[in-house]
Amino acid sequence: MQTAKKSKIKETLAKTGFFIAACASIAAVAIICLFLFANGIPAMGEIGVFKFLLGTSWKPLNNSFGIFPMILGSIYVTAGAILIGVPAGVLCAVFMARFCPQKLYRVLKPAIDLLAGIPSIVYGFFGLMVVVPLMQDIFGGSGKSMLTASLLLGIMILPTIIGVTETALRAVPENYYEGALALGATHEQSVFFVLLPAAKSGIMAGVVLGIGRAIGEAMAVSIVAGNQAIMPRGLLKGVRTLTTNIVLEMGYAADLHRDALIATAVVLFVFILLINLLFNLLKGRDKS
Amino acid sequence: MRKMAERMAAYRKRPGSLVLFLLTVFSAFLVCLTLLLIVGYILVKGLPNLKLSLFAWEYTSENVSMLPAIINTITTTLIALGAAVPVGVCAAVYLVEYAKRGSRLVALIRITAETLSGIPSIVYGLFGFLVFFVTFRWGYSLLGGALTLAIMILPLVMRTTEEALLSVPDSYREGSFGLGAGKLYTIFKVVLPSAIPGILAGVILGVGRIVGETAALLYTAGSVAGVPSNWLGSGRTLAVHMYNLLSEGLYTNQSYATALVLLVLVAGINALSSLVAKKLTKR
Repeated sequence: MQTAKKSKIKETLAKTGFFIAACASIAAVAIICLFLFANGIPAMGEIGVFKFLLGTSWKPLNNSFGIFPMILGSIYVTAGAILIGVPAGVLCAVFMARFCPQKLYRVLKPAIDLLAGIPSIVYGFFGLMVVVPLMQDIFGGSGKSMLTASLLLGIMILPTIIGVTETALRAVPENYYEGALALGATHEQSVFFVLLPAAKSGIMAGVVLGIGRAIGEAMAVSIVAGNQAIMPRGLLKGVRTLTTNIVLEMGYAADLHRDALIATAVVLFVFILLINLLFNLLKGRDKS
Repeated sequence: MRKMAERMAAYRKRPGSLVLFLLTVFSAFLVCLTLLLIVGYILVKGLPNLKLSLFAWEYTSENVSMLPAIINTITTTLIALGAAVPVGVCAAVYLVEYAKRGSRLVALIRITAETLSGIPSIVYGLFGFLVFFVTFRWGYSLLGGALTLAIMILPLVMRTTEEALLSVPDSYREGSFGLGAGKLYTIFKVVLPSAIPGILAGVILGVGRIVGETAALLYTAGSVAGVPSNWLGSGRTLAVHMYNLLSEGLYTNQSYATALVLLVLVAGINALSSLVAKKLTKR
């Protein structure tokens, strides 16, 4: 009787323990929101929300904190990365899922995993040592530009795009493919005009995930983007993103300047939340 | 051979298909070429610069040894795992073994875990800075950096553990219950042991993330080049060391060597993870 009671208590205690651990992620998100918003929102209020979000000049020494150049910079660089990474990634995934011989696949898959595992600082180093001089040779100038950053980010998001697209392609029922073949389509036609459209929302989810990666990447971009805190002037000119703004200035910022950087992180965080929401919507549609 | 000829004939009839086929081959080739270029470049430039003196005990401005950074990396990894693995594993146990499927709370846990895995590392860094540097007044500290990373890899540990637990057949649980074991006993003696390879693969993947991370550590653990005397001191991990070498711009040769060590380390860790995961599927 005694032991039964004891073990019941133990079971309840353990269940409570597991439950508390499970709530850790909820607590983490809540605390992160709390700290970021509590520090960032008042700063936005002090600067003026419109002046902060739509102001075009970022001069901390003159107390002018407009992050519109960085918002645009982040969007442009990410768009460039998507333009470069998505076509290459999707086509590569198509190859891996439907064209690749088994033997080659056994080499290709670990290679993509390796690409995913390379630390972003190493990508940045490679960008600085190889891509930047290359850009200098081709286009002149400093070589640190929106195009360089986009190219590097395009490479960095490849594994994400490839992985998600491949999974989405493999999830399409085999009879779609067989049906297309039976109607006289070639292998390529079946894959591109039947399988790819069927996997559309899965692929879109991968693209959205890639956008999230690209917009949040800080180190590699800070090394190759040039980082001028002015409105983006062109593909071959330097650009500063939201992430690099924080990386570059957090080390010495104080007072309102520091709070403005935290507010920058809030804007970035909201971007990411929106992207996550979009991702979930796309994934949900895939299931139904 | 005949198959080949048949295909060529089909392509002659529909040249569009050939173009599509060549496009996919070209893309795969391009991706592989990029990888080879990055890895090859770092190998070729890094190997000649890899000198024994770069692994000296002391970091000086004449000899930018990476050994202190490696020691800091190991310390940071151990603290972060110590914090994230128990919480992550227990959370996954709750989700798989206890929670009612489709309850609101479970949905919330999943959404928040997904949110956590989407937050950029620089935002984690800023958050860690606000909590540990500003609020706790620790200054730059290994402990603060490690705890920041622990939150960062928590969703990874949770998800991989969950998958590992789900792959344990229900018959194991039923057998254990049938023999009169309690739920807790079943979890610790039957379910968790058979899920260990999967959990381990996830944990190793987390180690890879930690070793390669820079942005989250820059303003939490700081960038002091030595090994701190205790966990509340500042110290740079290998990836942060690399960043500092780059931004100082004086140590190009040493940067090559450091990049090589970092790349080999992370690639090795990831390979180990997939090896362990493969063991799981073989069984």
